[in-house]
Amino acid sequence: MRPSNASIKTFKINGRDLSGRSNETILQVARDNGIEIPTLCYLEGLTPVGACRMCMVEIEGSSKLHAACVTQVREGMVVRTDSERLRKYRRMVVELMFSEREHICAVCVSNGHCELQMLAEQLGITHIRYPRLEQKLSVDASHDRFIQDDNRCVLCGRCVRVCGEIESAHTWDIMGRGVSSRVITDLDQPWGDSETCTRCGKCVHVCPTGALIERGMSVAEMLKRRQFLPYLTIMREEDR
Amino acid sequence: MTTAPAKVSFATIWLDGCSGCHMSFLDIDHRLLDLAERIDLVHSPLVDHKDYPDHVDVCLIEGSVSNLDDLKKILKVRKHTSTLIALGDCAVHGNIPSMRNRFPVEKILRRAFEENAQVNAGQIPDDNVPALLQTVLPVHEVVPVDVHIPGCPPSADTIFAILSDVLDGKSPDVSSYTRFGK
Repeated sequence: MRPSNASIKTFKINGRDLSGRSNETILQVARDNGIEIPTLCYLEGLTPVGACRMCMVEIEGSSKLHAACVTQVREGMVVRTDSERLRKYRRMVVELMFSEREHICAVCVSNGHCELQMLAEQLGITHIRYPRLEQKLSVDASHDRFIQDDNRCVLCGRCVRVCGEIESAHTWDIMGRGVSSRVITDLDQPWGDSETCTRCGKCVHVCPTGALIERGMSVAEMLKRRQFLPYLTIMREEDR
Repeated sequence: MTTAPAKVSFATIWLDGCSGCHMSFLDIDHRLLDLAERIDLVHSPLVDHKDYPDHVDVCLIEGSVSNLDDLKKILKVRKHTSTLIALGDCAVHGNIPSMRNRFPVEKILRRAFEENAQVNAGQIPDDNVPALLQTVLPVHEVVPVDVHIPGCPPSADTIFAILSDVLDGKSPDVSSYTRFGK
């Protein structure tokens, strides 16, 4: 580990007395201590962005909720990671994601390996209370190795981050605002024509759903392999 | 003469689905006999009974609401049923039938009966078949639903366990048995 001038902070999570370095987030300390907080856009090895709002926690003295993946620990803070209020909002977030695009698990290549599907199961979601938006989104099959299906994208931005931060190609980006946001390659050009894409496939394997997949996959066949990410992160740390 | 405890009147209906959920229900196998001790099957595609009875205690619904006939059926069923159970992903959230929702009905019919037809191309059926709704809906977007059982199809074990809970008057922990697409 690199020398750090971070100081040690002590605080409470779910009533337990814990300590962590001042540059650590609530999520890191919680996970190090076996406290599970649901996440979706977060992936160890990529910069946390707090986009999906799954990891919201309560901090005593603050009326708003805080994303645990981007909130650093502070001396004396009292954090709750699970309450009826938090479960209610997490269920709402997942249901809104399901209603925003066409997530039909039964015919999806990622059925059984999808993080959105797993979250729904963990949170006890048995139906989606909101009507589906029925957006007309495209499928980009121009790449000879991979396929992008916007209908299954949750806009977590993992592909954008892994491509920029790890592969340093920055092929992916997000365009548009709100529900009409989309992840795009280059300047919204077909993926197959991209001059920046190195064909490494990292984006495909960090994608939590069936939005980015390998060609030739059938229902439930798309297994994502993310083992490369911790290794690459460690190697970079050692390089510095 | 002793009287047996009153049985629960039980029905199943089939809207826009592939009948896989009904097959899964039959897959309960020998446990159907245990179930038969407790229920009285009063209406179902599995039995020859035309009209939905005036009162049914528990009804399983397979399929989404996709045409005018489905709509008429589900409104009637809700009115005459105490506990409505949406069985399977089609009933729960539209599933595969709902994948037509982003295309207008007219375009879909033309595709099926004109562009892709090998014989009698251009004859779009409108006689004796119910008109399609513009949007395929999950059951709970039309009438209130008491229990949702996701799955495509939910397994026989799932159906049996949840039905047993419902018949025992317990509220089932559905997510411990099944999920979307399972």
